[in-house]
Amino acid sequence: MLLWTTRARALTLALFGVVVVVVFVAPIATVVAAALAGAWTGPLPSNLGPKNLSAALSEENLASLTVSLQTAFIAGALALFVGTWAALAAREAPVWLRKTTDAVFHLPIAVPSVAIGLGLLIAFNAEPLLLGGTKWIVILAHTVLVLAFAFSSVSAALDRLDPAYRQAAESLGAGPTRVLLRITLPLLLPALGAAAGLAIALSMGELGATIMVYPATWKTLPVTIFGLTDRGQVFLAAADTTLLMAVTLVALLVVGRIRRR
Amino acid sequence: MTAVLDRVHLDPPPVRPAPSRWRPVAWALPPLLLVLGFAVYPMARVLAESTVTDDGRGLSTWTEVLASAQFRNALWRTIEIAVASTLGCLALGTFLALVLAFVPFPGSKVVGRLIDTILSLPSFLITLAFTFLYGTAGAVNALIAQLTGADSGPLNFLNTPLGVIAAEITFFTPFVVRPLLAAFTQMPREQLDVAASLGASPWRVLRTVVMPEAWPALMAGGSLVLLLTLNEFGIVLFTGAKDVVTLPVLIYTRGIVTFDLPGAAVIASVQVVLSLSLYCGYRFLFNRLLGGRRAAVDHTR
Repeated sequence: MLLWTTRARALTLALFGVVVVVVFVAPIATVVAAALAGAWTGPLPSNLGPKNLSAALSEENLASLTVSLQTAFIAGALALFVGTWAALAAREAPVWLRKTTDAVFHLPIAVPSVAIGLGLLIAFNAEPLLLGGTKWIVILAHTVLVLAFAFSSVSAALDRLDPAYRQAAESLGAGPTRVLLRITLPLLLPALGAAAGLAIALSMGELGATIMVYPATWKTLPVTIFGLTDRGQVFLAAADTTLLMAVTLVALLVVGRIRRR
Repeated sequence: MTAVLDRVHLDPPPVRPAPSRWRPVAWALPPLLLVLGFAVYPMARVLAESTVTDDGRGLSTWTEVLASAQFRNALWRTIEIAVASTLGCLALGTFLALVLAFVPFPGSKVVGRLIDTILSLPSFLITLAFTFLYGTAGAVNALIAQLTGADSGPLNFLNTPLGVIAAEITFFTPFVVRPLLAAFTQMPREQLDVAASLGASPWRVLRTVVMPEAWPALMAGGSLVLLLTLNEFGIVLFTGAKDVVTLPVLIYTRGIVTFDLPGAAVIASVQVVLSLSLYCGYRFLFNRLLGGRRAAVDHTR
């Protein structure tokens, strides 16, 4: 459209192709290739086979995967519930309260996750609320981090929602609970699905806050991967990362199906 | 029959109670209190912890940390990496978005989806991939060595700031592509066609028609990336180079590895102030440029 000559177009597209391959395709392909490789000393990986992947699915690593999945689903559900509640309630609230909620809920996006982890570690390592050393401090950290994204997706969807449906239901005598359950939430379902997918993806890959608070009994997959690379077991780390990518993409796909329905 | 009709007629329409002013407030409070308790309170505790000294409270930890060369180096390193990565992301992201929007080709949808997918993957993936690709014993070095017949390849930048910057540009460019693409696709095509038909070169169309319109999206994407690169942890941690230490990594090493919580709290406080002021600037800019309209620039949408 911008380029009218065939030569200019071909040149631009060729450059674009190189950039996309180098910047986006190569990293993902490399990690997958390394996950399948037994060694990588030349230009191409050698001794290809599923050895690393099956090691990644063996006991200790599989435990990390289930820990990550549980954390992601519990934290995602909690964040979605609180975030949706806050977004819906803020809509009806007076302006000062709406602005406060908006600012406070977006805070965890702006603050580095390591600092959030440090704060949780200091704040909840003593009575009355002793969470340090349990899995709940990890889940709490993930919930806090994901909450901002859940809240902002749902409030953005509420902004776009046509108020006519709600007003029609109200004028026909439906009470607030009925309007919420029969009109607003069903209309929000695509946004809720998107928020859930994003929440799970973010939580699966979270490292900064987790590494500050995790107990030895609740090691998420990214923490395990860091331990592996730190000890030089890069091929196993690549296999675990491939697993993490695959699970994240499946979660996104599943949630994407809910969105389209 | 008539009795039924009469009753319907006589029943007064239900009178709704006037909505109380405090009910919406009461509904909005529980989630707000949860976040205040679990996100804001821990931040306040970080600030309080930073004043803990061996003998009670005071500012001695602050003066000690702020004066240390380790902290100053990390601060400048963080800013250097963030600014360089942001500039790189802006350049690369603008090019990618321009091609995706204005040079249509089969498969552009797939590329768009691929870029969206990167957003949901963990950042340390890039560092891990880079060690296999561009590490001293990596694939590219091996290929160059094979072609030139040398013993080892020339690439050795992964443990320098340049390696971190390259990784961050790779990971954060999608955050620039998304808002720009949204801005470009909203642009009326006729404007471009008219400018081109009047003899303007592609560069001129780009400079005088396209980019002025995309300016707000570029600023918003850029400041978001600046914020995210300031806070980035995974890429730098996985790089693991001794002389590439940023503030988030310093918080981790002081807090967890050497278990100096007050020292870590001081660094965290500095970082939080830095990030929050940038974030407030971003929100302010964003609201002004878009006239209070929170458009598709937020990367969560």
